Amino acid sequence: MKLKELESCLQQVDTFEEPKILLEQYPTSPHIAACMLYTIHSSFDDIEGKLVADLGCGCGVLSIGAAMLDAGLCVGFDIDEDALEIFRRNAEEFELSNVDLLQCDLCHLEVETYAQRFDTVIMNPPFGTKHNQDL
Amino acid sequence: MKLLTHNMLTSHVKGVTKGYPLLIKATEVKVNEVEFNPKFVCRMIPKLEWSTLVQAADQLGHREELPGELVPDYEKNEDFLKKVHRVLLEVEVIEGCLQCPESGREFPISKGIPNMLLNEDEA
Repeated sequence: MKLKELESCLQQVDTFEEPKILLEQYPTSPHIAACMLYTIHSSFDDIEGKLVADLGCGCGVLSIGAAMLDAGLCVGFDIDEDALEIFRRNAEEFELSNVDLLQCDLCHLEVETYAQRFDTVIMNPPFGTKHNQDL
Repeated sequence: MKLLTHNMLTSHVKGVTKGYPLLIKATEVKVNEVEFNPKFVCRMIPKLEWSTLVQAADQLGHREELPGELVPDYEKNEDFLKKVHRVLLEVEVIEGCLQCPESGREFPISKGIPNMLLNEDEA
């Protein structure tokens, strides 16, 4: 898949209906997502056939992109069920079978244990402007 | 929730020392077709807790012929890899819950998404 195609597909991804300010929710733009994923994929070969974690996945733009680039499996982690529901719908509409979703608080996970299992971690997380410093 | 994901999940309830593996109580399970990538399956196998995978598949009634222990030279055994592929990626829990083996706390699974969020007093 070419970069332009990927970007074009990601433009179809539904995003937050009502972004929650306290969670610092904002969608990753299709352009940034496509460029980022494309570089990870073509320069580093870290997506195709790999186990990918998307931390703070929100509506899943990055995960969907990774899945389209043939990640072995992309697991999205997020605290917000509304965002995950949108992600779930997106994955259904795009007919992607290589994604999995998990609702959790990343501050409460032992990140090292999970990090060891995954080949690649992608994220565009909250930056801590709204009391999210733990992240 | 796929079993590859389940294989990594632990309970982080306060005070729990062994929150793994989570018991699966499923009320709805689906099997979807996922493209078979033998290299990916091969690479995942060493990262897995094999007994957890077999136990989970058993709990879902999808163990089929998965062996209790890893067969040697599995890299070249396409039949075996296909069985693992099926259990890791194709079997999905849609509704049900995951239970912490130590505290008994149940984490619900709804529309395929497990909710591992802890209450304030559990974190």
